[in-house]
Amino acid sequence: MSVHAPMAHDSARLHVTGAARYVDDIPTPQGCLHLAFALSSVARGVIRGLDLTAMKAAPGVVAVLVAADLPFANDVSPSVHDEPLLATDRVHYMGQPVALVVADTHLAARKAARLLQIEIEAEPPILSIEDALAAESYFEDGPRVWAKGNTTAALNQAKRRLQGEITMGGQEHFYLEGHAALALPQEGGDMVIHSSTQHPTEIQHKVADALGLPMHGVRVECRRMGGGFGGKESQGNALAVACAVAARLTGRACKMRYDRDDDMIITGKRHDFRIAYDVGFDDQGQIEAVRFTQITRGGWAQDLTAPVADRAMLHADNAYLLPHAEITSLRLKTNMQSATAFRGFGGPQGILGIERVMDHIAHDLGLDPALVRRRNYYAAPKSAARAGLANTTPYGMEVRDFLLHEMTDQLLSECDYAARRAEIAAWNETSPILKRGIAFSPVKFGISFTLTHLNQAGALVHVYQDGSIMMNHGGTEMGQGLFQKLAQVAASRFGVGVDQVKITATDTAKVPNTSATAASSGSDLNGMAVLAACDAIRTRMAEFLGQGAEVRFADGRVMWGDQNISFAEAVAACYQARVGLSATGFYKTPDLSWDRATGQGRPFFYFAHGAAVSEVVIDRLTGENRILRADILHDVGASLNPALDRGQVEGGYVQGAGWLMTEELVWDDRGHLRTHAPSTYKIPACSDRPAIFNVALVDGENPEATIYRSKAVGEPPFMLGISAFLAVSDAIAACGGGYPNLDAPATPERILRAIQGLQP
Amino acid sequence: MEVSFLLNGEAVQVSTHPTATLLDWLREARGLTGTKEGCNEGDCGACSVVVQDIDGVRAVNACILFLPQIDGKAIRTVEGIGSDTLHPVQEAMITHHGSQCGFCTPGFIASMVAGHANGRRDHDTVLAGNLCRCTGYAPIIRAAQAAEDGVQTAWLARDAAWVATAQKSIHAPQNSDELATLYAAKPDALLIAGATDIGLWVNKQLRDFDEVIFINQCADLADVQLGEDEIRLGTMVSMARVHQVMAQYHPSYAEMIRRYGSEQVRNAATIGGNIANGSPIGDNPPALIALGARLHLRKGDARRAIAIEDFFIDYGHQDRASGEFVEAVTLPKSAPDLRCFKLSKRFDQDISAVCGAFNVVVKNGIVQDARLAFGGMAGTPKLARAAMAALIDQPWGEATIAAAAAALVDDFTPLSDMRASAAYRMAAAQGMMWRYYAERQGTPVSVLEVTP
Repeated sequence: MSVHAPMAHDSARLHVTGAARYVDDIPTPQGCLHLAFALSSVARGVIRGLDLTAMKAAPGVVAVLVAADLPFANDVSPSVHDEPLLATDRVHYMGQPVALVVADTHLAARKAARLLQIEIEAEPPILSIEDALAAESYFEDGPRVWAKGNTTAALNQAKRRLQGEITMGGQEHFYLEGHAALALPQEGGDMVIHSSTQHPTEIQHKVADALGLPMHGVRVECRRMGGGFGGKESQGNALAVACAVAARLTGRACKMRYDRDDDMIITGKRHDFRIAYDVGFDDQGQIEAVRFTQITRGGWAQDLTAPVADRAMLHADNAYLLPHAEITSLRLKTNMQSATAFRGFGGPQGILGIERVMDHIAHDLGLDPALVRRRNYYAAPKSAARAGLANTTPYGMEVRDFLLHEMTDQLLSECDYAARRAEIAAWNETSPILKRGIAFSPVKFGISFTLTHLNQAGALVHVYQDGSIMMNHGGTEMGQGLFQKLAQVAASRFGVGVDQVKITATDTAKVPNTSATAASSGSDLNGMAVLAACDAIRTRMAEFLGQGAEVRFADGRVMWGDQNISFAEAVAACYQARVGLSATGFYKTPDLSWDRATGQGRPFFYFAHGAAVSEVVIDRLTGENRILRADILHDVGASLNPALDRGQVEGGYVQGAGWLMTEELVWDDRGHLRTHAPSTYKIPACSDRPAIFNVALVDGENPEATIYRSKAVGEPPFMLGISAFLAVSDAIAACGGGYPNLDAPATPERILRAIQGLQP
Repeated sequence: MEVSFLLNGEAVQVSTHPTATLLDWLREARGLTGTKEGCNEGDCGACSVVVQDIDGVRAVNACILFLPQIDGKAIRTVEGIGSDTLHPVQEAMITHHGSQCGFCTPGFIASMVAGHANGRRDHDTVLAGNLCRCTGYAPIIRAAQAAEDGVQTAWLARDAAWVATAQKSIHAPQNSDELATLYAAKPDALLIAGATDIGLWVNKQLRDFDEVIFINQCADLADVQLGEDEIRLGTMVSMARVHQVMAQYHPSYAEMIRRYGSEQVRNAATIGGNIANGSPIGDNPPALIALGARLHLRKGDARRAIAIEDFFIDYGHQDRASGEFVEAVTLPKSAPDLRCFKLSKRFDQDISAVCGAFNVVVKNGIVQDARLAFGGMAGTPKLARAAMAALIDQPWGEATIAAAAAALVDDFTPLSDMRASAAYRMAAAQGMMWRYYAERQGTPVSVLEVTP
């Protein structure tokens, strides 16, 4: 059976030969036009005048569109319709699309876009947290507060108490393939869109609205993305809608791809956060109560800020049982790119908040931070929680499958944590300039969309009369290996080799009403839908062939009674007998209930766990630093494909460490993003990965009935990178003085600042 | 311009605009879409291709490579790399799960093929110019290691044979004399050497140029001459070659160059280009200034030599007359006390926040001579004269270092930008002064040399 086998990514051979096709690689019809946006150079103001003369006269330009030229909806928002494709009367951030150039080449469109003459009456932009708080510039209606117990009283009664604050930056996705879309006009006004998107159905929806069509008039296809990471959940809407509108206007195919600088200037990033904490605890480091205030800058439009900030609140506990907790969340509206989904979706920010608290408590008590973490863990299955407490999260969900006790034991033992910690302390005594640090951090991540209705998926499976199988489902492939995993599921259901399963592009005409491939849910949801579709066909085949006898599908054979024929023969027989060999599958996650207003319920189907130990070295003279070693143990249930899952873990760790170490977004005081290219925005390079990098998967299975008892793996490993940041903090602490109060990202500059803050 | 080259084993002749990039031509004119555009500025490596000429095989970024630069050379794109059978690095990338989204993969394959052809084992350095956002690099390195002993592909020799007899098509100056004559006659023309900076003027600033002169065919300008006491680097010597030379004579400078740009950038960038464009954050000038290098300029038949620090007059303003070009730089062969420190957010392929070069000669406990130069601290690369004065003739000890570090405040008033704040730049420059002293005392100072 192919499920659980460490098979290669289905496109691996296409990748290494350059044959894998991305949107910009699709051959275009003759006369295809190319698009570029002209952008606002002001972060906030009123548009007083637009002069398009120079743009229209530029070589190769076919048309220039502004908001008034759009035939139907001027809306690319994924949520509350506050995001016009082209600015109307006001501009809200520096980089906002104001006009759309349609030209005969990509270069001509880009050149013309720079000729925009726009008169803007500038207003002072709301940029900083302080700006936004002063202006009461919030999304929704002010702070959201979820609480458990009586935090104020418990804080007042606690033996020990600490306050602190951590600021963490956002993060540019830096998918290697920038955003791209291609619109192909069809007969009767219909439109076909190729889009690099995690959410084809939303592209279909927004394009339909922009063209005044029902959704059935638009078909969206996506074979693969060159990386997504959440950045292609909503941010592709603008390109697809622009292409569709221009294609409708000109009757010609239209393509748009962002130049990298445009991509970084126009599109949203991870939400940055400032998290303040007030924690009460005992002499053992066990938390009695904690109060968090999570403040995030959401940028100019709401996009997905509400569910991101919700998820940050839902992960304010991470792995720790909090007897009393109060989490206040402020979602600020600022004149910047609209912050959006990014792997972890607020979870990493919430988790870093509580991990910082754990670190601070341990430092205050002079205890090993790993010990303090363990003392605060949720109870293991069948164990009692401490002090007779219920083993529930601040949002009232019982934690039933908590694996971190045994995972922590295993990891700390296998990586020799205690001995290394002692050796590092001794080494630091002898090293006046270089200091090493080591840190452990766990992750417990909730799996399911918190918007409950999104937890559904569909699939379409055909078995052709020669025994070959075509599989389609609502998930998208962004590199994570979803298609391969699901091909393994389909092959296993029919007992055939994976090479008999054709993987096809995600297509809104094959499977409708799909959710975004997001929230780590891709294989959980679509895997079950594929399974349902395959089993529907299998059941029909079995009923016909076995006539009541049990029928087995294995090793390319179909067996019942004393019969044993090849799968192809079985299919041929079924076809001859007029057995339906095509089926849809549908799945919805069971056992979810979530009341967002009260912040209570069971928003997650289950939790995925991970644990990491990182070791770093810093230079106290300049703040230079590097990760020396990482050891990871991660829980993927019964892995559908351990090779692909390991890839998610390794990649997630490095991306998470990048968020907290080298990746820094810098806006100037006019709201201009100064880090808008890889020359200035530094994702980890090859040598930034830990030189020693041990990754192991827990040998287990999901107690919940997920697809082959596997667990989601997309987002949870991202948070393993937090251990690297904590290790830097540990190394700074070795320079002497008080608690380092390190903010993220821990650039050499922030590290040096933290060190010098400690100098007596 | 007419350009001819070998593309995936097929001789092609192209009539081109001088600043058309190889990447655009491959994708748009030729339909070879395997090579990707990731950033269009030479920082991500997704567009990497393999170039072979008489100097050997190397990877370069096709997005900042103008077609005239590849005249007479052989190009292999990802489509042509596995055209016989899959190359060992391609096989290994499949076996070791080295691709996820696959978009960076063609560029990685090109860099890995070039590294493999040259027998390289320093994979982190070979691949520093290829960004991957999915894998965390670990499986890619496993693949590179697994392919180390794989057999060389047959097309390498076939392409080499073609290159050996290739006729060049474009009319570009072939030596320094021809260049001097041409440039004196057309002083407003833009000189293009490696195009690693000018490529961005074209791709990002969308600039057009009326007249350009490609100087990459001036063989004598690519000479490295090793004299008795002196090294002379022609202006067209690539940074990859500079790295090789410095590894022998100035290892600390070489280690800094190892982190300058990336493999692909160093394969294209030239020493003369890095000096002549006058960037305040170019990494060669501080080292060269600290070494007491001299710059050789030429206009027509007139030549002059100046101390390199005198070339950098002000931000964007160099001591270079109209029609005059940098012909070479000379530097001493020996400077055992030279140390170069490059400070950036990321170790590899990042522009320095501060780059400091220190060359302090101590005899009998007294500082005999000191040359300190910094990039990123002012509008130009610049000597730290006050700090030098605080060192010279003083006892080599902590008090003197403290005085020199303090004197840096008199030398520099750095700026704040997206790379670093002014305060950090100053603090880090002072920290470098202490690092230099500590290293001279034998104290470990480099995080790159710590092993867990």
